[in-house]
Amino acid sequence: MSTASARSAGCLPASHLLQHIVPGLTVNTVIALGLTVFGESDFGSNLVVSHCIGISIWLLMEVALRWLVPQRDKQWRRLFWIVPVVITLAYVFGYNLAAWLLGQPLTLAWLRYPGRMAGYLVLSLVAGGGLTYYFMSREQLARAREEMAVSAAQTEAAQRHATEAQLKLLETQLEPHMLFNTLANLRALIGVDARRAQDMLDRLVAYLRATLAASRASTYSLGAEFERLGDYLELMRVRMGARLQFALELPSELADQQVPPLLLQALVENSIKHGLEPSVQGGRIDIRAARAGAQLRLQVQDSGVGLHAGDSAPSPAGGGFGLSQVRERLQASYGAQAALTVAEATGGGTVVTITLPIHP
Amino acid sequence: MNAPNTPTALIAEDESLLAEALKAELATLWPALRIAASVGDGASAVTQALDLQPDVLFFDIRMPALSGIEAAAALADAWVTEGPGAKPFPALVFVTAYDQYAVAAFEAQAMDYLLKPVQTERLQKTVAKLQAALANRSQPAANFEATLGQLRALLGGTPTPAAAPLKVIQASSSSAQGSTIHMVPIDEVLYFEAADKYVRVLTAAREYLIRTPLKELLAQLDPQVFWQIHRGTVVRAQAIASVTRDEAGKTSLNLRGIPDRLSVSRLYGHLFKAM
Repeated sequence: MSTASARSAGCLPASHLLQHIVPGLTVNTVIALGLTVFGESDFGSNLVVSHCIGISIWLLMEVALRWLVPQRDKQWRRLFWIVPVVITLAYVFGYNLAAWLLGQPLTLAWLRYPGRMAGYLVLSLVAGGGLTYYFMSREQLARAREEMAVSAAQTEAAQRHATEAQLKLLETQLEPHMLFNTLANLRALIGVDARRAQDMLDRLVAYLRATLAASRASTYSLGAEFERLGDYLELMRVRMGARLQFALELPSELADQQVPPLLLQALVENSIKHGLEPSVQGGRIDIRAARAGAQLRLQVQDSGVGLHAGDSAPSPAGGGFGLSQVRERLQASYGAQAALTVAEATGGGTVVTITLPIHP
Repeated sequence: MNAPNTPTALIAEDESLLAEALKAELATLWPALRIAASVGDGASAVTQALDLQPDVLFFDIRMPALSGIEAAAALADAWVTEGPGAKPFPALVFVTAYDQYAVAAFEAQAMDYLLKPVQTERLQKTVAKLQAALANRSQPAANFEATLGQLRALLGGTPTPAAAPLKVIQASSSSAQGSTIHMVPIDEVLYFEAADKYVRVLTAAREYLIRTPLKELLAQLDPQVFWQIHRGTVVRAQAIASVTRDEAGKTSLNLRGIPDRLSVSRLYGHLFKAM
């Protein structure tokens, strides 16, 4: 029994029938005992009568429920007429079957003992109805448990997805190439220029601290974002030397504007990776924030190799994820009120523009 | 210029601080080694290496113009291996910040692989290996073959058969009348050739241009049917009429049906060795 009930209830007819047969036969036998103790006739014929009626009720009920109430949750009201009708029909059939088995005249009992027969009917209704209710509520319970398990699994999957997305974001911020190249430069600087090494280490610490903090926050001030980008670009300048020039332009009245954290980072990284790094002579990056009416306009422009050259060698780890991730986050935070456009910059290179609603 | 036994090296690294640091470390660990040149991009690495013929190459993998791996492949292709004045192919050491190519596989191989920041102890091992290799250059040809094999693996490995090989190629063309999409059955294609931003698709009858990068295309082709013979060329094996090798060791193919001649990169020369 325990192995059968471990499977989901009602799905497998064999285990389903097994689960019902033992309680059903037990009830039939108890009724036969009761009739023998408190009523007439011998235990043998009571047993035959009780089992014939009981098994008939059970089998007919199985068929009726399967055909007439396929959706238990929505159609449970039908049980109010199905259960009495089915039990009455099964009782008539079962009693006649028993009489035939015991070799008694079929119709005689109905005429001779109408009171006893009515009593049997009431007994059948009570026992059959009770057992039906018992089995159905057990099924319901199993179903509810199953649903709970499914919804728990869904919740867990959603949580895992969110964690993965955050981890992926963090991973792009702490891109291994950037991190280890920076550390390699730091290692080289320690020997030749300890002061510059110290300055670089300070920038790296500030950058890492801000990145970790920002990846946990839901919003972030534009001033903090620009400061962090400054640290990042300074680190890149130590590495790239004269190949990298940059300027950050943030009007002071916009410094308190709240934006999703690490929003511009992916764009600046794209500019370096796909614009400047492939170019032997390097280039410059301009990051600007400006008010345009009721909108905040953020721009990252580079003088790199441009869109088409970047297209032919998209990096699966950085570029593709970078832009789509920024678009997704804008969509999640502002819906249709924000936009991101990518265009060829005048004089070569790429310019990415984000517009989003300004906070008064 | 220098004593014949003085080993020379070329460093290709786009971050000048790192190039300087490597130079300084090598000066202590291997005082006899002369740094012939230090360059900051892949294209200069190839020309300088051909010019200076160093014994050892330290190539950063991520570099502008050509990656370190691409530069090594181009160099292997252009290297003179026969005739008077031919020098053995230099020993290759790749330097990278990020272990994207399973470094462990290289530790015992023909070429070495260093992770940045480069630790002195690890560099010492590389130096010892290089010194042993330079002292015992008995089989330069076998070493060169091993190097070619590894470069091939680094550049994309042996192609795995696509789940659903490409059947038809869609190539668009435009004229004054509007644009047309041509459906080109893959069975008619003789070869593909990368050309700037496009890939040329050659059939016996005509030429089409498509925008799909060759690398992406290659993944969708049956490797039994189409062979890569060069960084930018993939040819139908059955369309090859003959393979010729000139005195300089360059291999080229003649095709059936069209007069085009295709050159075979040394990296893929092994395809025609067994025959």
